[in-house]
Amino acid sequence: MSYLMNSSEILQTIQMIGQQHLDVRTVTMGISLLDCADEDMDACCRKIYDKICRCAGRLVQTGCDIENEFGIPIVNKRISVTPISLVAAACRAEDYAPVARTLDRAAKEVGVNFIGGFSALAHKGFTESDKRLIRSLPEALSETDLVCASVSLASTRAGINMDAVALMGRIIRETADRGPLGCAKLVVFANAVEDNPFMAGAFHGVGEPETVINVGVSGPGVVAHALKECRGQSFDIVAETIKRTAFKITRMGELVAQEASRRLGVPFGVVDLSLAPTPAIGDSVAEILEIMGLEKCGGHGTTAALALLNDAVKKGGVMASSHVGGLSGAFIPVSEDAGMISSVRSGALTIDKLEAMTCVCSVGLDMIAVPGDTEADTISAIIADEAAIGMVNNKTTAVRIIPVRGKTVGDSVDFGGLLGSAPIMPLRSGSAKEFIARGGRIPAPLHSLKN
Amino acid sequence: MKAIVSVFAKDTKGIIAYITALLAEKEVNVLDISQTLLQEYFAMIMLVDLTDCPLPFVELSRFLSEKGKERGLDVHIQRQDIFDAMHKV
Repeated sequence: MSYLMNSSEILQTIQMIGQQHLDVRTVTMGISLLDCADEDMDACCRKIYDKICRCAGRLVQTGCDIENEFGIPIVNKRISVTPISLVAAACRAEDYAPVARTLDRAAKEVGVNFIGGFSALAHKGFTESDKRLIRSLPEALSETDLVCASVSLASTRAGINMDAVALMGRIIRETADRGPLGCAKLVVFANAVEDNPFMAGAFHGVGEPETVINVGVSGPGVVAHALKECRGQSFDIVAETIKRTAFKITRMGELVAQEASRRLGVPFGVVDLSLAPTPAIGDSVAEILEIMGLEKCGGHGTTAALALLNDAVKKGGVMASSHVGGLSGAFIPVSEDAGMISSVRSGALTIDKLEAMTCVCSVGLDMIAVPGDTEADTISAIIADEAAIGMVNNKTTAVRIIPVRGKTVGDSVDFGGLLGSAPIMPLRSGSAKEFIARGGRIPAPLHSLKN
Repeated sequence: MKAIVSVFAKDTKGIIAYITALLAEKEVNVLDISQTLLQEYFAMIMLVDLTDCPLPFVELSRFLSEKGKERGLDVHIQRQDIFDAMHKV
């Protein structure tokens, strides 16, 4: 017998899955839609629908099969597509909402729970198509259920497109007026990545193959459980424990990714080493930071704790996968993390601290509900700050902010499901109107000149 | 294909006999068994070989789970690869 059974390891895995919320967060199939371009909008939509159904027809069933055979939950099966501003550029149409409706229909047909890529890459400037897509966002997001959108508006190499920052403030405002869920499906990026499997920011980059399988792992609960065993010990031990745990989590993700890739006959892209929380108790990134010794996530020390966590997750995971990519790190979406929600409610976690945390986490200001009367300029200024952090620090940052109509600080909003619920957070006073009105481009930093 | 069968329940008599009879009925060969008591709970782990089992994996899984429930046992079967991947370099 080649395999020696180690029952304590087996029990450990079973407990991780059963009690500590270990799961594969998403198996995301990337599909290139570049060959669907057509001058005629109807023809373009038809090609898009047919291609998605053809490529992803077996995705959900395959995910369920793997889930059943390996006994590991795969929470989401999703699709990312080529940014639609590229695909629809040839169409003689001003409004891209029909493409969004097509994506929605195709996603429902194949049974995935989100489809990402209603996107524009405008970090250096707009094409006419980028502008058309962005103007279509409020309608596209309010009239579809499963379509996720993203706009890239800054990068370390290109600087910050402040015209896009200004425009997106207004678009987020307008989307919010049609209901809070639209904004939960819209994210703006600095240094957007082309192989991210997580929503709302997933899209299939132009450098990607025809189709690809990317997998996002998770497991804050498993890390939290492991850290409870090392209370009072030094940070060396804490980092080592996180690394060991991340290694195991990622190996499982790698196995699922390879298996999905083989069964679907689609190349394996990357495993995204992320700690993605859910609103479930015991599946929280904030809880990990608190186990490290902080009374409340958001207090002084939080940024250091998150920096250690983010780095150790990558170090542990990187050896466990043949290809690592995507966003890889710890997510801090406020509404999707029970610990973060509680910290905001108690006043321990503010937008300023969250902004500091985004310097060391994997993405940015995520799932933050703000008062319904927040001005577009203020939203733009928040985006600009976040984009500056990403641009200067050579990392991905993002903003997914939700002005909730009719609500103010002290109220709460419930998005349902994995999106969770969020207390409305107070923002800083003082207008940025003149600052945002300038437009133009903030130049790329000196260290972008690497060659 | 090799798989791990795990059984969790309050400790009672005849659990091993019951499970191994179910496995034999479906021509599943038991390669190794380990059992422990976690407080009053019984945890059994079996390494099994499915080469001769005529049932597709998913159906075998459903069969074991349903038959387990009839006796108040929590029975799961998972492909062995997952444990290998997580714990062996």
